[in-house]
Amino acid sequence: MALKQKLLFLCSASPSLESSIGSWAIYDGTGAENHTTGDSDAPPYTSVLHAMRDGWRVIQVPQLLPPQPGYELSTSYMKFEYVLEKLEEAQ
Amino acid sequence: MTASNLLNTVQIANFVADGLLVFDELVPDNINQQVMRELDENQIQGRAGVAGQYLSELWSNSQGIGAMLRLPAVQGIIKSLVGPNSLYDHHAAHRVPARHKEGQFWHVDAIIDVRTHFDIQLFYFPHDTPREMGGTLFLPGSHFRRAHEFDISRYQNFRGQLPIVCKAGTLVAGHHGLWHCAQPNHTDAMRYMIKVRINPTVRQKLLWDTSDLNNPEVSNILSRNHRWYGDDDRLEVCNRIKLWRFLIDDDSFDVNYWLTRIENQPA
Repeated sequence: MALKQKLLFLCSASPSLESSIGSWAIYDGTGAENHTTGDSDAPPYTSVLHAMRDGWRVIQVPQLLPPQPGYELSTSYMKFEYVLEKLEEAQ
Repeated sequence: MTASNLLNTVQIANFVADGLLVFDELVPDNINQQVMRELDENQIQGRAGVAGQYLSELWSNSQGIGAMLRLPAVQGIIKSLVGPNSLYDHHAAHRVPARHKEGQFWHVDAIIDVRTHFDIQLFYFPHDTPREMGGTLFLPGSHFRRAHEFDISRYQNFRGQLPIVCKAGTLVAGHHGLWHCAQPNHTDAMRYMIKVRINPTVRQKLLWDTSDLNNPEVSNILSRNHRWYGDDDRLEVCNRIKLWRFLIDDDSFDVNYWLTRIENQPA
């Protein structure tokens, strides 16, 4: 059976993979799970490292970009968003 | 709420910190019932007037939505946040059908809007809204974040997200930049929520009951850490200080010396 991709987005409090998680999302390509907004009040892992120890592979780390001059105090999207994957067999 | 129906300084500080205020069961049940009747009779769908029209000119004969907006307590909220002679921007009677399993994507209404002046949106829940029915999910402290509409739709959950689980007649007053989304409705009944966007026509300065203006709680409230934004917490506080300075018309106001320090440029 073909392996399919499951993605986990974890936004951490700082660039450290050991820092706490402020936002999370799961997109399951196997079709086994369907997630939507507001479906959990606690992150599935306490940190990116915690997820790695459960078998998630980090496939993207957030770049550290200096703020644009004049916008040093501005905020926008979550800055430290890690993308992790698992490959699982479809149900 | 004070006798004058205006909000007090502590409430305004909470609005600046969180981007919203929740008023549980504010609207009496007879008006809620009239609103539900108006919804059933399709009297609230569509535009009620022209964008930019005085809000006071709309729904003058309505014993439901009009009566809700004319309530002294609601008038006090509007006047405290956007001032007198406010304008109707638009409204919507949002419906989430029964057994609708998908949550709406996180979004910000309209477009990126970085004014210090702000619009408010009233989110009115005319019937009981238990968690299995929704309601609207808000992200407290998100209102200063520069994001365009559904650009934030990849996110699903945040630490501290706030679902409005409420009794009939609950009203939320939100800053125009607040991140939010409708939640699934797992019940067998349609869920309603009426939203009205309101614009100021005056400089938003000391519009509330300022008898407690120097309340020492203000600094603590403006320093609130909602946790979901991690290391950005100090930046969030700085943006609140900027709005507070604007609202009280005092550029010397500060919390924990954050802005004064970086503004210090001796000649």
